[in-house]
Amino acid sequence: MYQYFYELTGSVIISTLITAVFPLVNVLLVALLGVYLERKVSAWMQDRVGPNRAGPFGLFQTVADFIKMLQKEDATALDIDKKLYNIAPVLVFAGSFAVYAVIPFSSKLIGSEIEVGLFYALAVSSFVVAGILMAGWSSNNKYSLLGAMRSAAQIVSYEIPTALVVLAMVMFLGTLSLSKISEMQTAYFWNWNILGGAEFGLVKFLLIPFMVVGFVIIFISTLAEVNRTPFDIPEAESELVAGYFTEYCGMKWAMFMLSEYGNMFAVSAIVSILFFGGYQSPFGYLGNTLGIEWLIPYEQAFWFILKGWFFIFVQMWLRWTLPRLRVDQLMTVCWKYLIPYAFVNLIIIGIITLL
Amino acid sequence: MKEYLKNTWLGIYTVLVGMKITFKHLFTPAVTIQYPEVKLKLPERERNRLYVNIDDCIGCDQCSRACPVSCIDIETVKSIPGEDLGTTSNGKKKAFWVTNFTIDFAKCCYCQLCVFPCPTECIYMTDVFEFSTYERNDLVYQFSNLTKEEAEQKKINFANFQAEKEKQKAAAATAPKTENPSQPNTN
Repeated sequence: MYQYFYELTGSVIISTLITAVFPLVNVLLVALLGVYLERKVSAWMQDRVGPNRAGPFGLFQTVADFIKMLQKEDATALDIDKKLYNIAPVLVFAGSFAVYAVIPFSSKLIGSEIEVGLFYALAVSSFVVAGILMAGWSSNNKYSLLGAMRSAAQIVSYEIPTALVVLAMVMFLGTLSLSKISEMQTAYFWNWNILGGAEFGLVKFLLIPFMVVGFVIIFISTLAEVNRTPFDIPEAESELVAGYFTEYCGMKWAMFMLSEYGNMFAVSAIVSILFFGGYQSPFGYLGNTLGIEWLIPYEQAFWFILKGWFFIFVQMWLRWTLPRLRVDQLMTVCWKYLIPYAFVNLIIIGIITLL
Repeated sequence: MKEYLKNTWLGIYTVLVGMKITFKHLFTPAVTIQYPEVKLKLPERERNRLYVNIDDCIGCDQCSRACPVSCIDIETVKSIPGEDLGTTSNGKKKAFWVTNFTIDFAKCCYCQLCVFPCPTECIYMTDVFEFSTYERNDLVYQFSNLTKEEAEQKKINFANFQAEKEKQKAAAATAPKTENPSQPNTN
């Protein structure tokens, strides 16, 4: 990305700034529009109207909320562990934001084109657990502690099926680089990994059902990793007030919300890169047909963001459809169902790849 | 093993059924009535703010007496001969100046008991139900159409009339006493 903007602007400062600021702007936009969309989607699904007072169609509702949050007093309880309490929200947000460093928004818009992008993303996103545990422990509150413990148990368990599916995909693709994975599924939707990858042949058709299974597993487990309903037991509103961020208020609380929505987009991005062609357009590029070379990266960014938003929508859709799982049900789903299926899937994809 | 596969299938299938239902509702028009802009039709026998058509009021005080919370406050002054107050719309002759007619809606319990005793049907329920104010005193509604000066004037008029009558009575009482003491005073 830096190289691209350096060639475009010819200035080191401007290109560095754009490279650094673009993902942050994306996260903020995802949080702002995500909260708005969440409210609207939930309202529509419950035959309500949703926010419609602030601005056209209530679009400025989240902006107003944000301004309100900025003005809030930073009230803290007496017996908290001050240091950990203050670091925790930053750590959680840093963990979810660091993933954006390797996410390729298009063939040009990628923060860092490292070879182990997928591994890095998985590693850094589990950073969030540490932040959540710190928040829960330092708050000196039973609800917070319970939420943090649940969260740790949940995220650690659900990282296994995620890792197994990612492993299967890495075996099939032979690379860990996210931009290379995206490039391999080029141009049309029948080249996407969910439809067996780019190579045409018997293997492609044999792979389709197992790819679908892999997609379902990774979608469910990433959903659990970002603590969204039906896997939101760490912050279970009706049981634990707000879970691990019960004691937080104002901007520190906003950091947790920001990281939640940032995480949602990040996992959507990972899922769409692994199975749905990443930034590739499903119908070829307008830039190619019209012969305008410079248009292609922007088109790619458009498709990538569209796919990300689509999966965010599916996450919301699930949230407003399903009730919360009990703790034992949550563990059953992970250890008894997802992990065995992921293992079988891993073996079968491995065998088919060898063919 | 069979149970296991069945559970898996059931899990996925039921989730999909639920998602289908919520997806349908995504396109169902909202049932919300956006209140300040759109208002529901009120029920047939709704009870809201009272209104008094003071032109028809004969000052009989029956509504005030019917009121269980004493929120209606009426003060009347008899008219003196020569003053014509006119008639109500159903032909009753008015004999009182209604110098004060207040209803305190902070106290009113909207029971409608004051509406029925009214002989001229001048107190009735309107369809206004949004009249919240910042000051409690603003909820005391004055229905008398006389100004304060006019009301004072009427009181003075009546007092003067009464005093004159008393004087006449006294004069009449003292005058015949000397002439005809055996007869009782029939006045």
